[in-house]
Amino acid sequence: MTAFPPVPRAEGVAAPLLRANVDTDAIIPSREIKGVGKTGLADGLFAAWRYTDPVARVADPGFVLNDPRYAHAPILLTGENFGCGSSREHAVWALHEYGVRAVIAPSFAPIFRGNCIRNGIIPVMLAEPIVRAIAAAEGLIAVDLIARRVEAGDASYPFEIDAEARAMLAEGLDGIDLTMRHRDAIAAFHAADRAARPWIYLRPQP
Amino acid sequence: MPEPRTLFDKLWEQHRIAHLDGEDLIAIDRVFLHERTGAVALRSLAASGRRVADPARVFAVTDHIVDTRPGRTGTLMPGGDAFLSATREETRAAGIRLFDVDDPDQGIVHVISPELAIVLPGTTLVCPDSHTCSQGALGALAWGIGSTEAEHAMATGTLRLARPKTTRVTFDGVLAPGVTAKDMALTLIARFGAGGGQGHAIEFAGPAVRALDIEARLTLCNMATEFAAMSGFVAPDAKTIAYLEGRRYAPTGADWDAAVAAWRDLVSDEGARFDREIGIDAADIAPMVSWGISPQSAVCVDDAVPELPDSGLGVEGYARALDYMGIAAGDRLTQLPIDVAFIGSCTNSRLSDLRRAAAIVAGRNVAPGVKALVVPGSSAVRRAAEAEGLDRIFTDAGFEWRMSGCSLCFYAGGEGFAPGSRVLSSTNRNFEGRQGPGVRTHIASPETVAASALAGHIADPRTVSR
Repeated sequence: MTAFPPVPRAEGVAAPLLRANVDTDAIIPSREIKGVGKTGLADGLFAAWRYTDPVARVADPGFVLNDPRYAHAPILLTGENFGCGSSREHAVWALHEYGVRAVIAPSFAPIFRGNCIRNGIIPVMLAEPIVRAIAAAEGLIAVDLIARRVEAGDASYPFEIDAEARAMLAEGLDGIDLTMRHRDAIAAFHAADRAARPWIYLRPQP
Repeated sequence: MPEPRTLFDKLWEQHRIAHLDGEDLIAIDRVFLHERTGAVALRSLAASGRRVADPARVFAVTDHIVDTRPGRTGTLMPGGDAFLSATREETRAAGIRLFDVDDPDQGIVHVISPELAIVLPGTTLVCPDSHTCSQGALGALAWGIGSTEAEHAMATGTLRLARPKTTRVTFDGVLAPGVTAKDMALTLIARFGAGGGQGHAIEFAGPAVRALDIEARLTLCNMATEFAAMSGFVAPDAKTIAYLEGRRYAPTGADWDAAVAAWRDLVSDEGARFDREIGIDAADIAPMVSWGISPQSAVCVDDAVPELPDSGLGVEGYARALDYMGIAAGDRLTQLPIDVAFIGSCTNSRLSDLRRAAAIVAGRNVAPGVKALVVPGSSAVRRAAEAEGLDRIFTDAGFEWRMSGCSLCFYAGGEGFAPGSRVLSSTNRNFEGRQGPGVRTHIASPETVAASALAGHIADPRTVSR
């Protein structure tokens, strides 16, 4: 089974949100997480920045995603340490629901990056001058996960991503299914570990 | 002669089940859930027809959105009841122990997990909460994950992880009086940036770390996520073992003896190589307070708001921070009047935090117009504090004394502070809107918050005699 639509490639406009340390509170404020689920979040994406009045949803014309050129951009360009703060996966669910399929940043907070890979958003790490060059390029941008390359105008920028992450994103693989291929190794580990560290294996208690 | 290994190497290798392509498959010993994200993970897991592999090693708590006013029954957050009821239903169906609102062991996940010895040295422990790294203080490898990873950990007993690099942060020397673990963490982040620990697992070491008690080590490790590290931890020692002995989920009898023997090896070997070493002299650390909207924007409480070149921020980020915080370059932090003083959160809400704050507050009064509140990190902390009269010290001074929970560390709706209000907070995050729309949060130690509550402006705790 696939966990999400595969993203071997993301293509389209790239919205420049060139700030460092964009935290998950900014991506989706806690008060915008209204239900016990993974959907209904796109409207609250960047709520504190996107709206002058988040309750009445009055759009702030100064915010990049309110610029008609960048509405529902599939690619986001941003600053270092993107996705820092709370581990809330809602940040990635909100971005995905909004239409984002790749985020290009000099660096990512680790939990956020892991959440991207498990939900069909390609986290592309490129040096800050390159991110700025891409932001300055005219026209459509492509993130080619298979070739590990960002194409912007006449330029092409290679990026690194580990093989497992690339496979999960490109094929929409479900991590649990993937891991269950190692079922025997897991069982063998636990059998040996239970003998070595019996205190780890709790019995149900009140 | 075996190659010397770091503590991280030992923890990682002991839990590695398989090498994958670019990642390792790591055994997960403990999973802890809370109602804000745990119910989503459990629902999704059940919906995919999977089950929790070993429910006895999974725990859950209600902490994030529970009301903390005396006499509470549920939550003030609009729609919050759905999170509480889903957590109850899903944990019951999965056979997971839930510490609910009225449970005597209820509290913030990273406070109660050590209290109950759910976290142990040498364990891998994960929770869909970024401050899970706090629990590295017990000599565990503990880190925050997303909901999907929580599903994975529960269904398979494992996680797929790229191996991080290692940093050792050595605090030499001795802390001055009135300077705490919170100030150590803020100093590290201010010097090396909020992204400074990216891609690294961090061992906190050195005499100033060994001198910290377990609760202070929890505070130090709590802030590792604000440094963008995968986790932070401290090698277990005699203090760790003494802290855990006899606690609810700690091993007993022969298991305890075997565990203690195993824990003695959980140290970085002499000569072990780290990818990076950072050294900080503890004697150079002063009480810290943040001025901006990232934990890296912190300075000594006696200092002024820095100029742009000293801020470590770009032109736009610096302007944004000043504008949001309603301050200007050169403003003395101790001249900023405050509206709120908040003591609580997984960073600084343990008994020792409350004792130190109470020592400053005792016999004095909160400044007129300041709303001050203390939210104990757990019901056990609350009871212990009441048994020694700390609640009376706070309430006599004009503080509110609350029930345990995450409370106003963040704003989820229902209860909040006025837009534009200036909050001195013992929490870990000063992000825009973190404690409510437009709210200006300065993070500091509990003693700095207490001193400021009395003064009515940001104040240096060293100037308040005890």
